[in-house]
Amino acid sequence: MTSYPKPQKTLILGATSAIAQETAKLLAQHHHHLFLIARDPQKLAIVAQDLQVRGASQIHTATFDLNQFEHHDALFTQVTTQLQGIDIVLIAHGSLPDQHACEQDYSTAEAALRTNFLSTLSLLTKLANYMQNQGHGCLAVISSVAGDRARQSNYIYGTAKGALNLYLQGLRNRLHRNHICVLTIKPGFVDTPMTQHFKKGLLWAQPQQIAHGIVQAIEKRKDIVYLPWFWQIIMLVIKTIPEPIFKRLKL
Amino acid sequence: MTHSNYQSWGRYPKATHTIAPLYWRTDPLPLPEDHSKKVLPYGMGRSYGDSCLNNGGTLFPTRALNHFLQFDSETGILTCEAGVTLGEILAFCVSKHWFLPVTPGTQFVTVGGAIANDVHGKNHHRAGTFGNHVLEFELLRSNGERLLCSPNHNQPYYAATIGGLGLTGLITWATLQLKPIHHRALHTETCPFANLDNYFELSNESDHFCEYTVAWVDCSANGPNLGRGLLFRGNHLKPEEVPKHWKVPSRNFRLPLNLPGFFLNSWTVRTFNQWYYQRQQPKTTLPILQDYQPFFYPLDSIQDWNKLYGKTGFLQYQLTVPAHDRSIIKNIFQTIANSGLNSFLAVLKTFGDHSSPGLLSFPRPGVTLALDFPIKGAKTFKLLDYLDDQVAEAQGAVYPAKDARLSPRHFQTYFPQWETLANYIDPRFSSSFWRRVTAQTSPTKPILTNTSPSENPSTQQPSTLEANHSPTPSHLGTESPSKPHSTLPTPTNSDKTAQDISQ
Ligand SMILES: Cc1cc2nc3c(=O)[nH]c(=O)nc-3n(C[C@H](O)[C@H](O)[C@H](O)COP(=O)(O)OP(=O)(O)OC[C@H]3O[C@@H](n4cnc5c(N)ncnc54)[C@H](O)[C@@H]3O)c2cc1C
Ligand SMILES: NC(=O)c1ccc[n+]([C@@H]2O[C@H](COP(=O)([O-])OP(=O)(O)OC[C@H]3O[C@@H](n4cnc5c(N)ncnc54)[C@H](OP(=O)(O)O)[C@@H]3O)[C@@H](O)[C@H]2O)c1
Repeated sequence: MTSYPKPQKTLILGATSAIAQETAKLLAQHHHHLFLIARDPQKLAIVAQDLQVRGASQIHTATFDLNQFEHHDALFTQVTTQLQGIDIVLIAHGSLPDQHACEQDYSTAEAALRTNFLSTLSLLTKLANYMQNQGHGCLAVISSVAGDRARQSNYIYGTAKGALNLYLQGLRNRLHRNHICVLTIKPGFVDTPMTQHFKKGLLWAQPQQIAHGIVQAIEKRKDIVYLPWFWQIIMLVIKTIPEPIFKRLKL
Repeated sequence: MTHSNYQSWGRYPKATHTIAPLYWRTDPLPLPEDHSKKVLPYGMGRSYGDSCLNNGGTLFPTRALNHFLQFDSETGILTCEAGVTLGEILAFCVSKHWFLPVTPGTQFVTVGGAIANDVHGKNHHRAGTFGNHVLEFELLRSNGERLLCSPNHNQPYYAATIGGLGLTGLITWATLQLKPIHHRALHTETCPFANLDNYFELSNESDHFCEYTVAWVDCSANGPNLGRGLLFRGNHLKPEEVPKHWKVPSRNFRLPLNLPGFFLNSWTVRTFNQWYYQRQQPKTTLPILQDYQPFFYPLDSIQDWNKLYGKTGFLQYQLTVPAHDRSIIKNIFQTIANSGLNSFLAVLKTFGDHSSPGLLSFPRPGVTLALDFPIKGAKTFKLLDYLDDQVAEAQGAVYPAKDARLSPRHFQTYFPQWETLANYIDPRFSSSFWRRVTAQTSPTKPILTNTSPSENPSTQQPSTLEANHSPTPSHLGTESPSKPHSTLPTPTNSDKTAQDISQ
């Protein structure tokens, strides 16, 4: 990563996520000025202290439960007053709902959509306009390969991430003329607290690998990135399976 | 969730665990509800044998505990969580002109693992062990207590935890004293030696003016060439030696799959050893500048090199014996040469006389030899059993971090302090290693027949080795590893000869 003449100002939402933390470590090494938001103050303090030692030029933190949409305005005001300009936004929070529970109970499914899609939509509404006025910047959002095609084992999560992908696509189209880059990050299987109960195999990546990919994609001003890269091929294959066959598969 | 993804570096013995990763140092330990289930922290799994395994119990992988807490660039004092790797510390501190005070032959180990095995490096003669540079740490016990341990606070726990094999509780974070350097490169030299006497002369002389010394020995050489090899030595650069330009070495590659077991056979090993020795002939190279990475971690550039040995895995064996009587180590080399079992890598190093704060620390004044052997069935185990006796007679020791098959009697002879350690072991913590080496032994029976087959692989025939390593949870909880049985050593079986085991 090249170093910049003045510290980049980076806002991270869901800063205690394993993938976000590893990404932030790389940014801190390059002396970014960070604003970290997470819902758990104790974890947030650990992360902020780590990034301080690793070289962040300055760190602000704030505790927010991002599912409380009524606080998003306050969040926005706090961030923009303290940072005075934003170069990069990384949205990382998310949760993997229990698919079976979502099938039984609408409110569980709705909560999953709020965490994984609607909260981002709400947050980006103001942030995108802010960047548009500013005339530069990057909005990087962690989605998932699960949003490329829904399958029975996690289609509520898939639906949220799929909606997120469409939303980001539209936003990218809108903001292109304002030189804003909108990056959709699609990780495959990553070994993090979210997936701690899964059996890990060959396809699994460590959050450090994903973080390197994210930083590179931001630098190259990419639109969509699959991480690790081979997921692009896997998803291409999965997407080409005709629906009459796909619906019969146990995935 | 139970699975067998978590193995040790030697990939032997196999074990099955419940996995409960740790993510935050402030969280309580995720202890299993069933009190008979034991737990053990797991770092990078770079221990070779079973000291990082807890067959049938729970492992706490610590890698996500990888936050820094504090660094003072004036004093070089670093506080970090125990799942931070030594490689991550170097990546952070080398550019700030600080270096690890002690490092083992791989940077892919965690701080917690380095403390729990009280690891040593090429500068043991100058700096002692890793534990000598650990100023303090926090120990989280299963009752929720958090003990601040240092030479002044909870000193008995400090001593028991350094080299304590992960049994005294979880180290959540530690404070280390780094050491200043001027540049990432070192001045290094490679010097051949023709036999063991030459080794001792060369090594003793080098230790006076070199911070780092270690030797590779051609284990396939015999007769007049017995113990020939190459000594690698090096020093950090002085300010006036710092080069203007420096190219940082490039990336690694990874072995994707297990190679077939026959890849490393006695012929390939012998050929490699001979070629490697001869390549260096006839004399000492001129000093060269070398980056710290290839100098300290030659094997790290081949990730997963342990898979060279195939699925069955392999055994490491590291012993230390006093150096004043050179015939001891010579006899050991002779035993190995006669056995016809070649070690791919044989590493020789003279330890200094720094004592470690650790209670169960392995290094002691003398010479240490590390070997690795593909598992060639009973023959391999027999050779190592025989070496155990030779080491015991010499009042030496075998390194638990690398062991998969020591008998309780040998372990307890090498480490009589084990009973003191037992007082500080957390009642919920245990390991496959600890259960094996503290298993009750009867003083009247010969040592090799009185432990249960699944916990003592050395008694088995090669064909049954793997099949017997299915989980054996029944032994968990029935024994009380925190209050081990005291054991009387049985007399060593000294009428075995080197020739016996070469068949
Ligand atoms: C190529 C290679 C070269 C090596 N060279 C050397 C060498 O030169 N010198 C040397 O001394 N060793 C050497 N070793 C051995 C290695 O340094 C040790 O086995 C080290 O302890 C491994 O650390 P780890 O993080 O992988 O720990 P693991 O192997 O996963 O665990 C080791 C022990 O540490 C305990 N542990 C881990 N984390 C914690 C924690 N947070 N709290 C409490 N206990 C914990 C575990 O329970 C276990 O008992 C080498 C190993 C390899 C593979
Ligand atoms: N792991 C994978 O395999 C994988 C694959 C594809 C995509 N992803 C995506 O990657 C992103 C990061 O996840 P991860 O893998 O790094 O897992 P993680 O470590 O579990 O991170 C998820 C984070 O989201 C936070 N969060 C959840 N709900 C929140 C809320 N209402 N308000 C504020 N924060 C909230 C969690 O906070 P707490 O720490 O307080 O719980 C946690 O920090 C997610 O968007 C996920 O969907 C992950």
